[in-house]
Amino acid sequence: MTKECCQSNNNVMILACSGASNVGQLSNQAAIELTQEGYGKMFCLAGIGGQLSGFVQSAKDVPNLVAIDGCQVGCAKAILDQAGIAAKCYIVLTDDPGIEKNKDFELKREEIDQVKSTIKGLPLAEEAPVASGSGGCCSCS
Amino acid sequence: MEIKVLGPGCPKCQQTMQQVEKAIVETGVNAEVSKVTDTLKIAEYGVFGTPAVVVDGEVKSVGKIPSVEDIKTWIQG
Repeated sequence: MTKECCQSNNNVMILACSGASNVGQLSNQAAIELTQEGYGKMFCLAGIGGQLSGFVQSAKDVPNLVAIDGCQVGCAKAILDQAGIAAKCYIVLTDDPGIEKNKDFELKREEIDQVKSTIKGLPLAEEAPVASGSGGCCSCS
Repeated sequence: MEIKVLGPGCPKCQQTMQQVEKAIVETGVNAEVSKVTDTLKIAEYGVFGTPAVVVDGEVKSVGKIPSVEDIKTWIQG
């Protein structure tokens, strides 16, 4: 564990609205898969909404934060705004890639891939991976 | 005052501990400092990464080595 700490290349926080619609759940599924693929690490938006200091401070200090809202209601963005956290990298799925919102929870593989591809195309504040010994975080927890 | 440094013991965690100790010496604040190295205990604080610094139960810094000056502002209130 000690050796692994500070050698992690994962400094991208992914926050999904995970809302009760197809696009909300697409945001959630994309966040899960991007985490599994090593693009970044999904984190609890609910903890930020609950104003728990560990979650709020983590989002403030992380070099790269990707916030995903399913629709224009913008719940994820609103939570970040209320916590005083800048959405450094932000996407609304009904706008880009332009998926129509509905209540169908049978997610389509091609739409999940579309969302992931769009997110991967977003410019990050700092390029991952972070080399050992630099200013990035040791994502060992 | 209670200060906890969260991290499994990597060089950055050790440097963070040194920074905290230095801030305490320079301010003369009466504080009890401890390390939290257990990953499950660290996870209870909801931090995205380590090192992290917790002052009286509130997480002040995550994933970086804080400056002595920043730590002083946290412990001097």
